[in-house]
Amino acid sequence: MTNASPAPAKSAARHARRVLLLTLAVGLGLPLALFGGVLVLSPISGIAPEGWSEGRVLLLHALAVVVLAVVLVTFGAVISGMTVWWEMRVSSRMQSRVGYNRVGAAGFLQWIADAVKLLLKEDLVPADADQILFRAAPYFVLVGFALTFVALPFGEGLIAADLDVGIFYVLSVTALVVVGILLAGWASNSKWSLFGGMRAAAQVVSYEIPAGLAAMIPVLMAGTLSMQGIIRAQGPWPWQWFALESPFAGLAFVIFFTAQLAEGNRTPFDLPEAESELVAGYLSEYSSFRFAIYFLVEFGNLWVMSAVAVTLFFGGWQVPFAGPDVFAAARGAGAIPSPAWWGLEVLSLAVFVAKTAVVMNLIVWVRWTLPRIRVDQMMSLCWKYLVPFAFASLVGALFWQLLLTSVPAAGVVTGLLATASVLVGGYFFLRLTYRNIAAVGDRVDLSNW
Amino acid sequence: MTTQELHERLRSRFGDDVGALGEPRVDPSCPVRRERIAEVCRFAKEEPGLELDFLEDLTAVDWPKKNAIELVYHLFSFRHRHGLVLKVEVDRAGPKVASVEAVWKAANWFEREVYDLFGVEFEGHPDLRRILLPDDWIGHPLRKDYQEAGSYHGISNVRENPLVELRRLDEKARAAAAPPPAPPAAPPSPAAKP
Amino acid sequence: MEKLILRRVETDSEEMILNFGPQHPSTHGVINFLVETDGEVIRKAIPDVGYLHRSIEKIGETVGYPGFMPFTDRVDYVAAMFANEGYAIAVEKLLKLEIPPRAQWLRAISCELCRIASHLISVGTMAMDIGAFTPMLHGVRERETINDLIEALCGARLTYNYHRIGGVAFDLPDGWRDRTLRFLDHFDKFLVEFDRLISFNEVFVQRLAKVAVIPGAMARDYGLSGPNLRASGVDFDVRRDLPYGAYPHLRFEVPVGRGFVGAVGDCFDRYYLRCLEMGQSSRIVRQALETVPEGEYMAKVPRRIKPEAGEAFSRVESARGQMSYYVVSDGTEKAWRVRARTGSFTAMGIVDAVSPGLMVADLVALIASLDVVAPEIDR
Repeated sequence: MTNASPAPAKSAARHARRVLLLTLAVGLGLPLALFGGVLVLSPISGIAPEGWSEGRVLLLHALAVVVLAVVLVTFGAVISGMTVWWEMRVSSRMQSRVGYNRVGAAGFLQWIADAVKLLLKEDLVPADADQILFRAAPYFVLVGFALTFVALPFGEGLIAADLDVGIFYVLSVTALVVVGILLAGWASNSKWSLFGGMRAAAQVVSYEIPAGLAAMIPVLMAGTLSMQGIIRAQGPWPWQWFALESPFAGLAFVIFFTAQLAEGNRTPFDLPEAESELVAGYLSEYSSFRFAIYFLVEFGNLWVMSAVAVTLFFGGWQVPFAGPDVFAAARGAGAIPSPAWWGLEVLSLAVFVAKTAVVMNLIVWVRWTLPRIRVDQMMSLCWKYLVPFAFASLVGALFWQLLLTSVPAAGVVTGLLATASVLVGGYFFLRLTYRNIAAVGDRVDLSNW
Repeated sequence: MTTQELHERLRSRFGDDVGALGEPRVDPSCPVRRERIAEVCRFAKEEPGLELDFLEDLTAVDWPKKNAIELVYHLFSFRHRHGLVLKVEVDRAGPKVASVEAVWKAANWFEREVYDLFGVEFEGHPDLRRILLPDDWIGHPLRKDYQEAGSYHGISNVRENPLVELRRLDEKARAAAAPPPAPPAAPPSPAAKP
Repeated sequence: MEKLILRRVETDSEEMILNFGPQHPSTHGVINFLVETDGEVIRKAIPDVGYLHRSIEKIGETVGYPGFMPFTDRVDYVAAMFANEGYAIAVEKLLKLEIPPRAQWLRAISCELCRIASHLISVGTMAMDIGAFTPMLHGVRERETINDLIEALCGARLTYNYHRIGGVAFDLPDGWRDRTLRFLDHFDKFLVEFDRLISFNEVFVQRLAKVAVIPGAMARDYGLSGPNLRASGVDFDVRRDLPYGAYPHLRFEVPVGRGFVGAVGDCFDRYYLRCLEMGQSSRIVRQALETVPEGEYMAKVPRRIKPEAGEAFSRVESARGQMSYYVVSDGTEKAWRVRARTGSFTAMGIVDAVSPGLMVADLVALIASLDVVAPEIDR
């Protein structure tokens, strides 16, 4: 395409560097800026300056909340865009393709281009579709998705609202998505969409049960429904994470992971949008911005699923060597916390993001490896396998808690054993992967990004 | 069994309804009387020793000079690894023949295709309708005297030869782009030349 | 067409009539299915073909014998070598022409490479229809190498027009033999990796095992051929049982379905048979490359091909079944009738009979496992 004459080679390198810097600026700067906005605005909703009448204070709070909400939703959108990038990049590597590599370094800004493209498309509403419900359906889905960001614990003090019923709130709010999907399928007035909508509703509603049951086990172990409370009940080291500390919680993680895959309509459970069967299923009739919303929510849900799993089972933002006393000491006494505290907060944010990225990678990996399960097989998996196992692990966790009250060391022992087995298993797995790659005559080449 | 032996078996059962084996112009075939084709096929399939259970092909050839459409049945046996070709001639004006769909289910679609492209009606076929062409198509294309209808639901299916069309467009473009002819030089006045 | 089904559907039941296609990601080409469902279970699925009918058989009557060769590519553009070969064999029978041994070997090599390429598409798209997107792209990556090899051989990547009446068009280029052998070494290892990736994956097996079982008697009755027939347990292969070309001199096995993980003749058998056949084709190409004789690659063919009046029937084991050409000559330069009998045509005919009781997702698996392509059905 572009001619490669030697003279502009230097400017090509300069251009590449500029693109890389722009990418980094957007990639790191945009979420941080939005997040900073959240941090600054959250306290404002509690400030009551003296001398202002009640009405004015209320107005100020309301304004702050509105701006905060907009910022949060934008943050959600940005996160979902970056998730799209990660998924597409990983999937292209798994499929021996190059993947996104034009817009931004390593194609990082492709999601912006895609979003702009989707916005500029023609907005079609089928003449026979239910006019009001067709237009309203995407917003149910968007609300269900955006509301979860209120309770996600990004760092030690970085949470928009530390609700006492955090996890309960998250699980119930994500159920709004099902309403949106069913409405979309029905209001499109197309048999294919209806098929997809019905399948999706059956799937999501069924898998709410094992997900909720599995989520109760960390709650049981932590003794509180609050997200920050569950994280604080765990520790920063792997053997202190719930998933490794108690075998029942480990099983609960597997059940929770599977159920969340089903709720997010991810392969192997992506029947409602099975591309090869129903084209886009319940999304078939949507175009332009309405489609963009569904797209955004699906990938954003990936992030939310991973974040909730990390919170419940993998210790959230807990930083090694930095217990709550370290945070308290760094905070200092003044009204404005010292820079050390800010540094620790950013560190906890980084830990949280890293753990979420690992779980997200697992979800993406599963998607591009496994085929799709059929409807009846999916239902039988849920009701005949996941629900009984979830109940069994709940009962087991109850007994485990009883055991812990009498033998507190049991938790540490199982945690260490589980960590050791994970490390050993991981080593063998990597070795096998390397051997498989070498057997085909390939080699591991990480320089190709 | 060789083709001759197969032919002998058929002849011994059906007598004159099965004609003589054609000259081996590469692949020999034997003609069968139109009325007996269904029985001959059933016999060919079920008789132990023949067991021609694979209908390889069922097609037709149009011979306007003989005023007939010739149906060709290619049969094969998996068990005995032998094959036979049967031919049936039907009248071109009103082609009708018994269906062998009850003998081999493969004939279902083959006969629909022959009906679609040649117009041969198969009596006893459970679902005789066009298969490759739209249901409301007029005519049977593989016949030698098939004329295109000219258009289908308003879409024309006649167009002039693209080379001719392109040449015509080229000439038009050249004529439009050519500079207007230069004003002719003043003709020598007739008075200049004596 | 809908009138056929609408009459029987009551309005107050859960029955729906769906149009599966003609533009649809998982019907292989432009094929339409009218599917009458009761919830998720299919009552009847009627295929509606003809969207890709290009009257190739009629064209055969106008362009003359050599001129028809490129049109045979379009009869099955996924595995075009077989169509070329079938037509060439039929006309050579009419001309009573012996083609030189080198040409026969080259035909076998190109055809078996084409079979590998076609099966890669077939198993890849089958995996994609079931929901696993990765195997398709791995298969296409291998197919790219085969396309490059064949492009070096004859200049085209999809519609080859490589075989001629009397032989083949081009000889092997320099270094082609080594390139192909190197590719085959890599390909054998790729097959192992592919198997490990998808073939016995639990979810994949659950989707395909015991789905749409076609017993051997039904397969024979409906005229199935090729991998579909063998998967139902009928041990018949034109290359081995009615050998032509170089095949009498090549040793290979013919895999037959035996219920690898489920019942004999289910979708998994049809899928796995194609995987095994790819391995066998690789073996054949290796043998053929090692034993290819020297000599002419094209027989002496008259300038104008005018066979005497007669007819010829040729059988070729194509990737999708038995492709037969029935050519009738009336003594002139133009054929009187050219007929291409393809494996996909009869395979499509069986969908109607096998579909009741399947789910919509199983219908997709059935169509993918039968490996139908629209150009073969419609011609």
